[in-house]
Amino acid sequence: MNETSSVSKGCFVFKSASRKRKRQGVDGYMGDGSDDNGKDRFRICQDLRETVQQHTEVLQDQLNKKVLDDLVQFIKKHELCNSSDVRRQGAREIPTAALMLGVNVPDHTMTFRSLCNLLQESVTPFVVSLHAKGCATVKFLIQRVLEQLMGRGMALDEEQDDETALHLNTQCSIGDLCQWYNSVKIRPHRILERSIKPEVKNNGLYWSLPIVVIFKDFEAFNLQALQDFILICSQYTQELPLIFIFGIATSPITIQHRLPHSVSSLLCIEVFHSLSCTQHLACVFDKLILTSKFPFKLSSRVIQVLIGIFLYHDFSVQSFVKGLQLSMLEHFNSQPLSVLCCKKQEALLRAKTLSQKNVERIRHLPSFMRYVETQEPQDQVLLLTSDEHVKEVCQKLLKNLHKYHKNYYPILQCLYSLTSLLPKCPMGKHIRELHVTCNEKNVWEMEEYHSAMQLLRILAKDELVAALRECAGILKSANTKKMQNVLKQVDEFVVRLEELDNLHTEDLPGDDVACSRKDIQRRTDLHYLQKSLLEKESRKTRKMSSFEILRNEVLQYIDELVREYLTPAELQPLSEVCYYSSSGVLRQRLNAAPRTSIQAALSHPFHYLQNEALKTNDGTVSSNAPDLCIIYKLHLECGRLINLYDWLEAFVTVSSATEDKEADSEEYNKPKNLKNACFIQAVSEMEFLGFVKSTKQKTDHVARLTWGGC
Amino acid sequence: MQCAGYPEDKLRSLADRLPCRETQVTTLLSLMGEPDQYSYPSIFIYGHRATGKSHVVFSVMKDLELPYTFVDCVECVSPALLFHRVLLAFFGPDAAASLPRCPSLSDFVRLYKQMSSKTPATQTRFIILDRAERTRDMDFSLLPALLRLQELVSDNVTVILLSQVVWEKFRPNTGCFEPLLFHFPDYNKADLVQILSRDHHPSYTPELYASYINILLGVFFSVCRDLRELRHLAALNFPKFCEPLEKGEAKESDIHKLWRNIEPHLQRAMQTVYLREVSSMQWKEQQMDEKETTTPRGLSAHAHIELPYYSKFLLIAAYLASFNPARTDRRFFLKSHGKIKKTNFLKKHEKTSNHLLGPKPFPLDRLLAIFYSVVDSRVAPTASIFSQIMSLVSLQLLTQIGHDDQLDAPKYKCAVSMDFILAISRTVNFDAVKYLYDFL
Repeated sequence: MNETSSVSKGCFVFKSASRKRKRQGVDGYMGDGSDDNGKDRFRICQDLRETVQQHTEVLQDQLNKKVLDDLVQFIKKHELCNSSDVRRQGAREIPTAALMLGVNVPDHTMTFRSLCNLLQESVTPFVVSLHAKGCATVKFLIQRVLEQLMGRGMALDEEQDDETALHLNTQCSIGDLCQWYNSVKIRPHRILERSIKPEVKNNGLYWSLPIVVIFKDFEAFNLQALQDFILICSQYTQELPLIFIFGIATSPITIQHRLPHSVSSLLCIEVFHSLSCTQHLACVFDKLILTSKFPFKLSSRVIQVLIGIFLYHDFSVQSFVKGLQLSMLEHFNSQPLSVLCCKKQEALLRAKTLSQKNVERIRHLPSFMRYVETQEPQDQVLLLTSDEHVKEVCQKLLKNLHKYHKNYYPILQCLYSLTSLLPKCPMGKHIRELHVTCNEKNVWEMEEYHSAMQLLRILAKDELVAALRECAGILKSANTKKMQNVLKQVDEFVVRLEELDNLHTEDLPGDDVACSRKDIQRRTDLHYLQKSLLEKESRKTRKMSSFEILRNEVLQYIDELVREYLTPAELQPLSEVCYYSSSGVLRQRLNAAPRTSIQAALSHPFHYLQNEALKTNDGTVSSNAPDLCIIYKLHLECGRLINLYDWLEAFVTVSSATEDKEADSEEYNKPKNLKNACFIQAVSEMEFLGFVKSTKQKTDHVARLTWGGC
Repeated sequence: MQCAGYPEDKLRSLADRLPCRETQVTTLLSLMGEPDQYSYPSIFIYGHRATGKSHVVFSVMKDLELPYTFVDCVECVSPALLFHRVLLAFFGPDAAASLPRCPSLSDFVRLYKQMSSKTPATQTRFIILDRAERTRDMDFSLLPALLRLQELVSDNVTVILLSQVVWEKFRPNTGCFEPLLFHFPDYNKADLVQILSRDHHPSYTPELYASYINILLGVFFSVCRDLRELRHLAALNFPKFCEPLEKGEAKESDIHKLWRNIEPHLQRAMQTVYLREVSSMQWKEQQMDEKETTTPRGLSAHAHIELPYYSKFLLIAAYLASFNPARTDRRFFLKSHGKIKKTNFLKKHEKTSNHLLGPKPFPLDRLLAIFYSVVDSRVAPTASIFSQIMSLVSLQLLTQIGHDDQLDAPKYKCAVSMDFILAISRTVNFDAVKYLYDFL
């Protein structure tokens, strides 16, 4: 560094050397660093996260496809109307699409992005998307529109850049836009040439390219600005083929609430509905969680937390996916054994080369311990002593775990397709509820399962056949050997059920029918009817028809399947490797409670500062704690009004408590002014945090704003 | 129509193009005087929507080829744009470009004077300001200055203001030059028939179209006298009217049959198209395929909004806070409130229904207190609860009172209707009526 000595005075820039240090961070982030596989975990996590992200994006596009295509159709239709010039002089209506997107506004960004791209690719390069935030007045609104349209066109013509910039600043009106649009017509930009499909050009529709203006958050727009903008635009409908798209979060009726008739009569509004967020979530859940594609799994508790946040708080699919990704990060970060949480082959390889530390960790897994207990005594000894043996067993268990997942999901879907037919859905309306119950405990021991099974036992034949067919469809896509066997069995059931139709239509027990008819006449109540039917089922006194026998057989088989495959994941050995289960952490992270954390910070400073000196017993406060914490602790003991002087005295006593012991230090003689200053600052911080406020009821007192205390 | 100084054939064609407004045109022309004479400095023309104000003035200017500029004040977001337009129209782009960045009124007057001294007006110049009520919001001196612009620039210029608002609402409190007031009355029914019958379809006789217009007005005249709207509706429904004729089921003389065919259709149109429940495009499409008897669902058919669970309760709590007096909260939300009869703790002004008075503002604390007691499970005051309040505000279901930057104790108002709240509380099994003071 000495070489930089120079005669002239000047500044020399040295690139900081700290760059390398920052890059090393990955190891540090993942685990305690002593582990050699922190990097691997990071990589697996990264890969998984990216695939999840890609999957959600693809899924989103698929789900939005219909409504977006409809929109494009709508715009094209109006484009045709424009160009064929069927518009009458009198009615100057601007075609408007009201796009219903659901109440979570941040989620709309992605939809609008794909809409913009789609429109620019297939319809018109002139797409403007507006945010309410930048459009407080008509002036700004028009400015934004012009910027986005003309800026795009001008980007290619460098020489005009300055001119337009100036132009935009001084004045902007839709009149200018008209001029620009006409000039583009005469002298098409290269950008246009490229983006327009040849067939459109040949049709001669080239010049009627519409200008699409998207109002992303219609509700938030300034009413006056919006109304004026629409009024102005309606003056130019002859020259400018404008089309509006309103992104509406609530309901279409808000258009009428917000625009007076004189304005809304200038619009030709059509409503488009996108998929509701709950349906959207169901799709995401199906594709991301109810699949054996991803090795990473969520435990039932975590799922409940994520679903709870979705249903109770925000209705945001985006944040659900974010939550999933966060739990992924947490899992790979906190669980060292998550190295094994990857594709089967890779996991087996890794299991072979487990470090000794990790083998020890495996031995401590509760699910593994449970497994060990079920083994023969000599096996148990081996498992507890030989590392090699553990590794081998581990490979076997991992294989089993993968198999379990492959069988679990198809059977879960089959069970869902059966139970969702039933009245009142005893097992839950959505498959996620069924999944959570199955994952939590043995589903066949539950009351709901029994009632569902009982209801299934009185299912009509055509319903049963339809449900079984659906199951067969689900099972076809599963490609394990066991599932193929199940599929064969189900197919056979279907065939037998259908044969019944041909053979035994005539030998229905006639007397039974008559008897039941009498019953029905007597008790018209549905509840009684159901009860009596169930009773009959249980009595089994009468002869069962062959259909009933077969039906029982089918249900018996399904019950067996459930007992075999839908065992809770926790009971699977090594489930901790794949399952993330700390729901508490996740809740804390995603659903932050600012008040709780402020209180925790103030009453237990150690919690956040991690300084040994601050560790105290419950209810006491260390004199080393920050002033604010001491003040807070003291104020808890006061009533509604706090005497400032008493408070100060108490503060001084507490904060100088330890200093008494080390009396020789000069700290003890710390000037009183300093203490006073500390006190005043802490009190004003308390006021800032909203715990106290000044009051005029009594001099030298402050009022407490929280309840509790004495 | 006779008026000195203007070519007669043009006047005749003008009279043809402006039916039912002959008297207005004549008065206007006499106000304007001959082209080279000085005219009155400012004329204020007012009348309801679609009474032909702009159309008449615009046609007169255009047909008689007078020097004029037509400015819609909605477009002029700043006076600069107005000045720019005027200078551009009268003196060409050079003059307009020489306006400074943020021109003041005196800049404009100065430039105008400069330019008009070079090219003095041979004919009266007209500045026509449509929707002139907007000028009131611009600069307080703009309107008085425009009213006596002739005097300021000493040029033959007349400002014509067009507005739907009467002059009394314009008059600034500092006083100003009084313009000539000129009222355009509404069209009566006969006028409307005459005007609407003019745009008859070329393939049918004018008589048929006139009878169609009569039927149309029979339905719509009681609710709508807006010419523009009526013309739109007439054009929209005419194909349906002609349907029996095209099918050969009726002849042009069978007016009664045609009437029976179209009448219910028009009634339906009144409920949907006129209110913009259904767009005219959809209406037309629906006419094309008659088999589809179900009307497309209008805008108000989808009043339901899906909200997260706690947002629903927050909205209910906000509604209760807005429509219950704060003193009664004890009675509704405390477990052991004792018996308080309504009459005992009524203040005089509270005897009127709170629902008639509209929502009252309430502080955030009260909203949360009610929310916690209303919601059936224990809820932690998490950040997402607070963000839900904000998103309700951004969805315009709540409105924030006072300034945005008031962090201390923000106040809100509930902006949804009773029906909406009842629908929402039904979905969460909450009996909102039981908690409303007005329905005690």
